[in-house]
Amino acid sequence: MRLPTEPLSDLSQDLPKEAVIDMAKRIDVGGLTAYYGSHKAIEDISMTVEPRSVTAFIGPSGCGKSTFLRTLNRMHEVTPGGRVEGKVMLDGEDLYASAVDPVNVRRTIGMVFQRPNPFPTMSIFDNVAAGLRLNGNYKKAELADVVEKSLRGANLWNEVKDRLNKPGSGLSGGQQQRLCIARAIAVEPQVLLMDEPCSALDPISTLAIEDLIGELKERFTIVIVTHNMQQAARVSDRTAFFNLSAVGQPGRLIEIDDTERIFSNPSVQATEDYISGRFG
Amino acid sequence: MSHAINTKQPASTLQGARLPKWAPYVIAAGSVAAGCGIGLAGGLDSRIQWGLIAAILFVAVTYLLAAKIEGGRQAKDRIATSVVWVAFLLAVIPLVSLIWETVARGIKVLDTYFLTTSMGVLADTDVGGGIYHALIGTLEQVGLATLMAVPVGLLTAIYLVEYGRGKLAKAVTFFVDVMTGIPSIVAGLFILSFWILILGQGYSGFAGAMALAILMMPVVVRSTEEMLKLVPNELREASLALGVPKWRTILKVVLPTSIGGITTGVMLAVARIAGETAPVLLLVWGNPLINTNPFEGPQASLPLYIYQQYANSAGSPAAYDRAWAAALTLIILIMVLNLVARGIARWKAPKTGR
Ligand SMILES: Nc1ncnc2c1ncn2[C@@H]1O[C@H](COP(=O)(O)OP(=O)(O)O)[C@@H](O)[C@H]1O
Ligand SMILES: [Mg+2]
Repeated sequence: MRLPTEPLSDLSQDLPKEAVIDMAKRIDVGGLTAYYGSHKAIEDISMTVEPRSVTAFIGPSGCGKSTFLRTLNRMHEVTPGGRVEGKVMLDGEDLYASAVDPVNVRRTIGMVFQRPNPFPTMSIFDNVAAGLRLNGNYKKAELADVVEKSLRGANLWNEVKDRLNKPGSGLSGGQQQRLCIARAIAVEPQVLLMDEPCSALDPISTLAIEDLIGELKERFTIVIVTHNMQQAARVSDRTAFFNLSAVGQPGRLIEIDDTERIFSNPSVQATEDYISGRFG
Repeated sequence: MSHAINTKQPASTLQGARLPKWAPYVIAAGSVAAGCGIGLAGGLDSRIQWGLIAAILFVAVTYLLAAKIEGGRQAKDRIATSVVWVAFLLAVIPLVSLIWETVARGIKVLDTYFLTTSMGVLADTDVGGGIYHALIGTLEQVGLATLMAVPVGLLTAIYLVEYGRGKLAKAVTFFVDVMTGIPSIVAGLFILSFWILILGQGYSGFAGAMALAILMMPVVVRSTEEMLKLVPNELREASLALGVPKWRTILKVVLPTSIGGITTGVMLAVARIAGETAPVLLLVWGNPLINTNPFEGPQASLPLYIYQQYANSAGSPAAYDRAWAAALTLIILIMVLNLVARGIARWKAPKTGR
């Protein structure tokens, strides 16, 4: 229980912008179990995600990678029937404590989805500005700067700087995904969650996003779900392998370790089988 | 010459005998001619009979010819196509003839005098007079009904799609379904007993507008609900993941994405109530004089005007002309509203392309 005398953290109130210098934060997950209604999707997952690093989640489809990722910024409870047990600590603060507002959690922990999903009614500029505008706390004069900075951060500025007022849906798939990344980093989150961000993209766009991830990890803590082993090996510092014992059973974390170790000398046989394709 | 194309190849398996492109038109023309011929020869009075004979001939001849020349599968294809065409014509003919009739008869007295004059002290059998009072009544009553029904309907739909879970949502859905089926006279009687008989209020445009709002609300709820369901969940999640509160997400992302469809739905609902006569008859009462205040005293409305011109005039041609012209005005009014709605829908629709 949170004591009333305890000073309120930045999750329980509006974010103090100036206080954020080192934006990346550590995530500690303890004994996390998530349900869809009565269906237990993942069970008893514990891990640590290091700040300013890239952590990759790999594992077969349906083992709960997306579900677990969505529990990290409380998007899981948006799904009807979505329910979580256990702890997710962001720099020592429990995201699921009763005083915590999920809206603030999501401002702190951003998310990029599998399919690019720019807002269809908005221009490129408005898409990037959406987070600030919709949250209502921004200064008009700063907006253009933030948009430019975010688009540069997403390596998209040069491609769109002449068409900022055109609809975002007119971009290619890879550009749209980078637009979504720009939109996510415009609100200055501390952690960025990416759920198979490249699975709908061609190899060139994929490479562009992978480069981008390499740059972003200087500033953010990044968690990425991927089905592509090479991608996990290329971009991540740590890799977590998820698996489920049978269809219908909840997914579990099998192991998490440095990426090099996972791909060269994993400590669990199932991981090696999965990585080398001898799976199932 | 060893590479010359062999002209004696076996017939391609991809090609088969086909009826020429113009065949359907010729068959159609032939069937119509035959239908008229048979009708004349057989002394059939009804043009509908002639048309039906032509339609049956068209379908049958197409099928037989295709079966003979093209084979069974194509014949079935042809029969489906020709039945669809015949059905289309059957649906369009009454519609076109209705509009034709209304325009032809209504245009006679429809002019600015007609639009800007009331019936005043004119007897219903006299020549002259106009619909100004009825036009004002319709616009005010429909406007008031829209003001009442749209906010409630929108909010109900938003509740059902975005928040509604469990028993309450099921109950609301059920009642909306029931309301969709309420006959307009029942809505009118409800307001009559509640507003006029129990609360002791008088006849007024507002009383009619309340009944119209009851009729309009379920239509708005239903169409808005469908439109909101079409908004991809990914957009809601994208917004929520940016740390946008749910109500703002609905206001700034969900509604703008679906505003085009919602507008169209509202306009359809407006069109539905603009032609209602029964509740207006019960609650607004009708008034040959101009009454611009919808909250006090009887008013007129276009459908009521049409009905009264027909019913109270003992067959006077002048009154019939006015009724047709008023009907034409009502159709034009609704058409303009629809066009405006389409314009808004297109203007507000999610933008695509570069
Ligand atoms: N919206 C949902 N409603 C109910 N069950 C779901 C939902 N999304 C996922 N699941 C279930 O949760 C489990 C994990 O799914 P998911 O997290 O999407 O796996 P992954 O991303 O690893 O492919 C699966 O058994 C899936 O059927
Ligand atoms: Mg997934």
